[in-house]
Amino acid sequence: MAGIYIHIPFCKKACYYCDFHFSTNWKVKDELIDSLEKELELQKSYLNGETIETIYFGGGTPSVLKGEEINRLLDKINKLHHVTKDAEITLEANPDDLDAVKIKEIRQTAINRFSIGIQSFFDEDLQWMNRAHNAGEAKSSIMRAQDAGFENITCDLIYGYPLLTNKKWKENIQTLIDLEIPHISSYSMTVEPQTALATFIRKKQQPAMNEEQSAEQFLMLMAELEKNGFLHYEISNFGKEGWLSKHNSNYWFGKKYLGIGPSAHSFNGESRQWNIANNYKYIDTLANGKVPFEQELLSPIQRLNEYVMTSLRTMWGLDLEKVKNNFGEEYSEELLHTATQFIEKQWVKHEEQKLFLSDTGKLYADHIASELFIG
Amino acid sequence: MKNIRNFCIIAHIDHGKSTLADRLLEYTKTISARDAQAQLLDNMDLERERGITIKSHAIQMEYKVAGENYIFNLIDTPGHVDFSYEVSRSIAACEGALLIVDASQGIQAQTISNLYLALEHDLHIIPILNKMDLPGAMPEEVKDQIVDLIGCDRDEIIPASGKTGLGVDKIIEAIVERIPAPVGEPDGPLQALIFDSVFNSFRGIIAYFKVLNGEIRKNDKVKFVATGKEYIADEVGTLKLNQEPKSVIKTGDVGYIISGIKEAREVKVGDTITKVDNPGEAIIGFEEVKPMVFAGIYPVDTEDFEELREAMHKLQLNDASIVFEPESSAALGFGFRCGFLGMLHMEIIQERLEREFGMTVITTVPNVSYKAYMTKGKEEIIVNNPSDLPDPSKLDLIEEPYIKANIITKADFVGPVLSLCIQKRGTIVNQSYLTSDRVELVFEMPMGEIVFDFYDKLKTISKGYASFDYHQIGYRQSDLVRMDIRLNGDPVDALSSLIHRSNAYNFGKKICEKLKELLPRQQFEIAIQASIGAKVIARETVKAMRKDVTAKCYGGDISRKRKLLEKQKEGKKRMRQVGSVEIPQSAFMAVLKLD
Repeated sequence: MAGIYIHIPFCKKACYYCDFHFSTNWKVKDELIDSLEKELELQKSYLNGETIETIYFGGGTPSVLKGEEINRLLDKINKLHHVTKDAEITLEANPDDLDAVKIKEIRQTAINRFSIGIQSFFDEDLQWMNRAHNAGEAKSSIMRAQDAGFENITCDLIYGYPLLTNKKWKENIQTLIDLEIPHISSYSMTVEPQTALATFIRKKQQPAMNEEQSAEQFLMLMAELEKNGFLHYEISNFGKEGWLSKHNSNYWFGKKYLGIGPSAHSFNGESRQWNIANNYKYIDTLANGKVPFEQELLSPIQRLNEYVMTSLRTMWGLDLEKVKNNFGEEYSEELLHTATQFIEKQWVKHEEQKLFLSDTGKLYADHIASELFIG
Repeated sequence: MKNIRNFCIIAHIDHGKSTLADRLLEYTKTISARDAQAQLLDNMDLERERGITIKSHAIQMEYKVAGENYIFNLIDTPGHVDFSYEVSRSIAACEGALLIVDASQGIQAQTISNLYLALEHDLHIIPILNKMDLPGAMPEEVKDQIVDLIGCDRDEIIPASGKTGLGVDKIIEAIVERIPAPVGEPDGPLQALIFDSVFNSFRGIIAYFKVLNGEIRKNDKVKFVATGKEYIADEVGTLKLNQEPKSVIKTGDVGYIISGIKEAREVKVGDTITKVDNPGEAIIGFEEVKPMVFAGIYPVDTEDFEELREAMHKLQLNDASIVFEPESSAALGFGFRCGFLGMLHMEIIQERLEREFGMTVITTVPNVSYKAYMTKGKEEIIVNNPSDLPDPSKLDLIEEPYIKANIITKADFVGPVLSLCIQKRGTIVNQSYLTSDRVELVFEMPMGEIVFDFYDKLKTISKGYASFDYHQIGYRQSDLVRMDIRLNGDPVDALSSLIHRSNAYNFGKKICEKLKELLPRQQFEIAIQASIGAKVIARETVKAMRKDVTAKCYGGDISRKRKLLEKQKEGKKRMRQVGSVEIPQSAFMAVLKLD
């Protein structure tokens, strides 16, 4: 079982905090879609014929695609791969794109899951982020999608930025609960280098993010969603039973995936590779029949560390038995030994040969993972 | 002997000493312009890059004037105050000096103090106004300065340009006419003054000398008076572009000796070479070179201690002025307490360790050498290290080294320079106008005050128009304290410093603030305290880490995130732990550069 990710590198405008690869220049959109098809063909053997169980259109803003363009790409995938009947096929969408026409178009495709970039239900927050939508569109887009028959919807929310009071934060969470959204991904505002936000902060035009606030709002998020029956199945992901994201979960389970499009990453179990993050160069190279990528081979230790990093973030935890069997007993022992300090602090729970983060521990997931790293 | 001319060049950095020297070498056909590496005399990479001559060198030229063959020995001098003793010995080997002054910049402090040294040794001075080709040259004004300074006639000053070659013929003529030939007893017992030495990995230490009396022959049994060691003169010769072996070096001439010496410390600048079987007396003026500034040097990786030891030993082979002994620090592990001639010397050693041996090191807060006198028995203790400072209750008094500092600056900057020096506990002893716009200020101040950031500050407040020189004038009583830095109560020995009580509060505050900036947040709160004895004089707090970044982690993030966390782990490995607190290396380094 494997997954396919397709990167659609176009946006209407640039959100101040975003460091994904995208362009606001749409001139080459048609050419780029042609190139995506070409890349699918060139990479058809990458997954060794494994059955495709999830497909994910990410971005950028995949909702800028027309229904027919989505179909072209999905048809191509179906021609080249065996896709399970009940495959999870997700489209990331921005609320401002999801008008009645677009939703109807998408309903005609095989897309069966929406990931809507809500971020906030407050206009001032959305403006501060330089999002393309407003608060009204945020809410109405969800309702339109539901009315059109889409049940499997996940929404993104951001917390931990200066404008977001705890009161507003609680309201944002509550709005999604009230709309009966079954899955929420939520991220602490991270200031990535070389973003507009980073520049504003450096020039002191914006205050820096506040760690205290972020920690507090993360704890609020966990409390509210757990109270409402969500499983906190990964640090940034909450879902009701039966509605967890299969595609993303597979990243954390170490399954193979093929990434198509500029900047997309692929993993075949032994190496990772990533395409060039430049639309023009991507198109040009594919025009010459080549895929422009860089690759790294993973050593066993690197694979182990990736397992430590990703598994600790999930509710399934870090399985020491699995480490012992796949990598060797000395590593499972070293991990447990290093984890002792965190177990004593109750940041990590040790149950049935597995390590889990406690709610407090989740605040320090990176720190703990880094400490546990072998090497 | 009557056709030998021994001379040195006195000049400020960048006044064109090396370029003009190259012109002399070309003019006398000692080298051709073609095979001249730019600025031949500076043959260490580091020297060429910094544009200064760190170690002195010598070269011999031959030139025919009016049918007579002359021998010119040019003895180059280092251009920095850290090496002033070597300068004094080079000067002592000469009968004349070329005083080179940049026509666009005028006389600088360094020039003046070396000029005084030359005058003390009765050297004949040939004033040269260099860089006449520059559009900013102010020949008349600078000539006034020179006339005022050495009392020469205006027309004795030779206008020149190392760049165009202007005046080189006049300089050669003046060397012949004005500089007296050396005097000495050709038949007397051998007395040769060592003014420099170099290290050659095949031949060992090569000593440069000037024969004052007598002569030295190949295979002579010689004795170095100060060290008392005896050697066979395996090879003697003169210093051309390459060494030129000779059978004898006679009175008044300059040469080199190779005698199988392996370690630089056996060859002391200022020492006298004489013969075992007809010994002459020691030449006066010999001094052991004493290190002035001390600091700990530690390998970045504790495992590299042995490698560092080896590197230090190798450095000492060709630079006898560094001294070191092992010391250990709870924070930094094993390292060395090193003594340097000054701050530049310290920087040079650090850079040479890095370039020549690939050793990156952590240097601790430098200090000068203090004298502590105990109440009991008036015992004197030399304090080169904060940890050497005896318990204050057992101390009678402490003395610190003082210097006389000469600063030459533009009249506009007298105010700021004065207040800087007073802030550095200096007292002004003289102020004189060299011209209507140039002022010489003379201060007495504690040497410890120039160890930190004095040069940088002086440069900043004078917009670069201040030159500085100093020499030691002995020890004076001082209110010295040891300031310790504690992290959560545990002292970090590598951050302790010796400091005057009046500076302690300010310095302590700055260190605490800097550490607050540099210590990564840890799982608990960290109290940073600066204290004198039990008394806390400054305090800062690093709050506990409240949350680590836990950004998203999908297919495209895994690789980057893994690398980030690996790097974090790697960085942590290199941190030094004191008590429960982990300290990054940057923290040890940054206290050297406060402000």
